[in-house]
Amino acid sequence: MATAETTGKRKGKVALAMTREELLAAWRMMLLIRRFEEKAGQLYGMGLIGGFCHLYIGQEAVVVGIQGVLREGDQVITSYRDHGHMLACGMDPKGVMAELTGRIGGYSKGKGGSMHMFSAEKGFYGGHGIVGAQVSLGTGIAFANWYRENGHVCVTYFGEGAANQGQVYESFNLASLWKLPVLYVIENNRYAMGTAVERATPTKDLSQRGAVWGIPGRQVDGMDVLKVREAAEEAIAYVRSGNGPYLMELLTYRFRGHSMSDPAKYRTREEVQRMREERDPIEGARKILLEHYGVGENELRAIEDEVRRIVQEAADFAQASPEPPESELYTDVLVETAA
Amino acid sequence: MATEILMPALSPTMTEGKLARWLKKEGDPIRPGEVIAEIETDKATMEVEAVDEGVLAKIVVPEGTEGVAVNSVIAVLDGPPATPAPKPAAAPEPAPVPAAPAVAKSASTAQPAAAVNPSEATLSAYSGPTAPMTVREALREAMALEMRRDPDVFLMGEEVGQYQGAYKVSQGLLDEFGPKRVLDTPITEHGFTGLAVGAAFAGLKPIVEFMTFNFSMQAIDQIINSAAKTLYMSGGQIRCPIVFRGPNGAAARVAAQHSQCFASWYAHCPGLKVVAPWSSEDAKGLLRAAIRDPNPVIVLENEVMYGQTFPCPTDPEFVLPIGKAKIERPGRDVTIVAFSICVGYAMEAAESLAKEGIEAEVINLRTLRPLDVETIFASVRKTNRIVSVEEGWPYAGIGAEIAARVTEACFDWLDAPPVRVTGEDVPMPYAANLEKLALPNAAKVAAAAKRVLYR
Repeated sequence: MATAETTGKRKGKVALAMTREELLAAWRMMLLIRRFEEKAGQLYGMGLIGGFCHLYIGQEAVVVGIQGVLREGDQVITSYRDHGHMLACGMDPKGVMAELTGRIGGYSKGKGGSMHMFSAEKGFYGGHGIVGAQVSLGTGIAFANWYRENGHVCVTYFGEGAANQGQVYESFNLASLWKLPVLYVIENNRYAMGTAVERATPTKDLSQRGAVWGIPGRQVDGMDVLKVREAAEEAIAYVRSGNGPYLMELLTYRFRGHSMSDPAKYRTREEVQRMREERDPIEGARKILLEHYGVGENELRAIEDEVRRIVQEAADFAQASPEPPESELYTDVLVETAA
Repeated sequence: MATEILMPALSPTMTEGKLARWLKKEGDPIRPGEVIAEIETDKATMEVEAVDEGVLAKIVVPEGTEGVAVNSVIAVLDGPPATPAPKPAAAPEPAPVPAAPAVAKSASTAQPAAAVNPSEATLSAYSGPTAPMTVREALREAMALEMRRDPDVFLMGEEVGQYQGAYKVSQGLLDEFGPKRVLDTPITEHGFTGLAVGAAFAGLKPIVEFMTFNFSMQAIDQIINSAAKTLYMSGGQIRCPIVFRGPNGAAARVAAQHSQCFASWYAHCPGLKVVAPWSSEDAKGLLRAAIRDPNPVIVLENEVMYGQTFPCPTDPEFVLPIGKAKIERPGRDVTIVAFSICVGYAMEAAESLAKEGIEAEVINLRTLRPLDVETIFASVRKTNRIVSVEEGWPYAGIGAEIAARVTEACFDWLDAPPVRVTGEDVPMPYAANLEKLALPNAAKVAAAAKRVLYR
C-alpha cells in the first residue's frame, strides 16, 4: 500500500471524512500522543517510570479517528496500552504522566500505574492489565447503556492477541443476543508481545470473528486517520441505532516494542523502518493538511510547539508531584460505609 | 403380591415434597414407565413413573398432601411379584440406605421445633415481629424488596427467569420485574460475570447468581482482578456495587467438582466483602445489606439450608450489618465459631454438650470478611477455649485465620490450643460413607469441644 497511491485515491474523500478543522485537531491529538509517549519512554529510561510501560507510538490514528465520532457520555475501555486512549478522551496529560511516575497527582493517586488508569468524568473505564478482560467489562458498560436506554455507546478496544481469549466470544454472544450498544475495536498491530498474528491464528480477517453471532465487521486501514474516521462513523451509527454490536479491525503497527523491555527479536529492523517511513499516521495526515487543505507550515509548527510545551509541563508535573503519602496504602480498598 | 410405592427423592437434597396429583385412581392397571403421579418440591414439579406392573390397589397419600417424607409409602400396587424388592417409584437405584448422609442431616435439622433453631433469646438483636420462613423465601424476599426499592438493581444468571431459578430462589421475580431486570443468561460464567462487573462500574447494581459457586471459578478472574481491585487501582474513582450469590459448599452426593467451600478463597482477597448466612434471618438481612453495599459482596448460601424454616424478621426495614457476628447461644465453657450450615452443627453439638454440663457459646460469624474478631475475642476471653467449624479444607482456611488471630490477640487467655473442625483435606468423594467422613457434623464438633476442655 504505497502512500502516493492512497493519497491519490483519497483526494475526493477528504471532505467527506473530516473538515479541515477536524483533521487539524486529529493531527494535533496524534502528535500529542506521539510526543507524550516519547517522553514517557524517556522517563522510563531515567528510572522515573517503573514496571510495565506499553507505548502507543504508531497506532495513534486508531484511537484518534474513532474518538472523533463519539458523543459526550459515550464510554471507552481498553487494555494496558492505554495512554493514547486517555489523552484522546480528553484526560489531562499531567495526571496521566504523574500516574506513570507513581505520584499522588496521578489519575489513580499513583496506585494504578501505566496499565490501570480511569476517569469516570471523561467516560474512560481503564486501563486493564488482564488480556481480554476489558472486552466483557466493556460489554457490561454497554449493558448499562441499554438498561438505562441513554443512547450511549461503549467503545471496547482490544488487541489481536486478546482476540483469541474465550471471554471475548462469550461477550460477543451476549452483546449480540441482547443487542447491546458496543463497538468492538480490534487493534491489530500484528504482534501479541512477540507472537506474530499468523503464528497465533489461521484467521486472516479478524473483523469476521463476530460473524457467527451476526455481528457485522469491517477491516480498516488503521494507519490513516481519515479512513478510520469514515469507518467509525458507519460503525457508530449502526450501533447507536440499536442494531447491537459492530466489530472493526484496525490494521495498525506499533513502532516500539511490546513494552519497554522488548528485545524485538521477532521482527526485522527493516520491517519497522519501512512502516515508520511509509505508514506513519502523523506524517500521512500532515501531508494531507499541507497539500489538500492548504494549511501552512507555520500553523503546524505552532501546534508542534504547543504540544511540546504540554508534554514538558506534564513531565515536570509528574516529577514534581510527591509520592502518595503512606496513609494512602489503606485507602480505596473498599468504599467506606456508615457502620 | 402387594408392592409398596414409595415417595421418591427428586434431587440429592430433597427430604420431602407435596403429592400434587394422582394421574391414576384405585383399581387402574399400571404398566412400567407410566406416569402415575406428580410431585412438587420447592424446587420443581416432577412426574412419578411406575416401575412395576400391576393394579393400583390403594392410594395411601391423597393428592394435595404436603410434606410427604421421601421413602414413605404413597400407594400400594397389587400385581405379579416380578421383583421382590419394593422400590421408590422414580428412584433409579434400589436405595437400601434411605437417603444420602447430608440429606439425613438436613432432615434432622429441618423441623422448625428442633433445637438448632434460634430461640427467642438469640433473636435479641432484633426485637420486632417474626414469621416462619425458609431460607429460600428469605433470600427471594431480600431481592424483591431491594429491587422494588432501587431500579438499578437487577438479577442475572443461569435459569433465574423463566425456569424460576435452578433452586427456586428467584421464583416469581421475572413475573414481578420483567425480563429486563431478571435476565436469563446462557451458560457463560466468565462472560456474564465480566459483563455484570462492567455494568457495576457504570453504576448499576447487579446481583449475579451462580447456579453454584463451583462455577464461579470460571469467572474468578473478573471477580478478583476486576471487581475487587478496580476501586483501589482507580484511586477511588470507579466503584463496583455488585453481589455474587449462590449455593456454596457441599450439596449431597455430587462429588468433588460440585462440593466445595469457597469461603477461604474469597475471604482472602482485599476489596471484597464475604457473607455466609445460616438462618432465614441471616439470609434476608445479609443479602439486603449486600445489595445496598457500594462494594462487591460475595454471598455464600447453602443448598441444604434453602428448604429449612426459621423465624424471620418481618419488619420491612430489617437489614443486618455486614461485619457483625451473632452469638446464637451464650455459654461460658467453650467458644464454637461457625458459619453457614455449620452453625446448625454447632448448635446441635452445644445441645448435646449441655447434657454433659458443658455450656458452649456458639458464634454465628455471618460475615467472613471483614471478620468480627471483637466478638470472637470477647468470647474467648470469657471461655478460654475455641473451636472453629467449617466445611472447607483446613489448609489456609477460615479456621486457620481464626486460630491465628485468636492466638495473636488472646494468647494469655487461652487454656488450650485452638482446634479446627473442617472438611477433610481431600476432594469430595461420591460414596455415601466416604462423603460422610469428609464433612463436619455435630458429633465432630462436640468431640472437638471436649478436646479443648481436656474431657
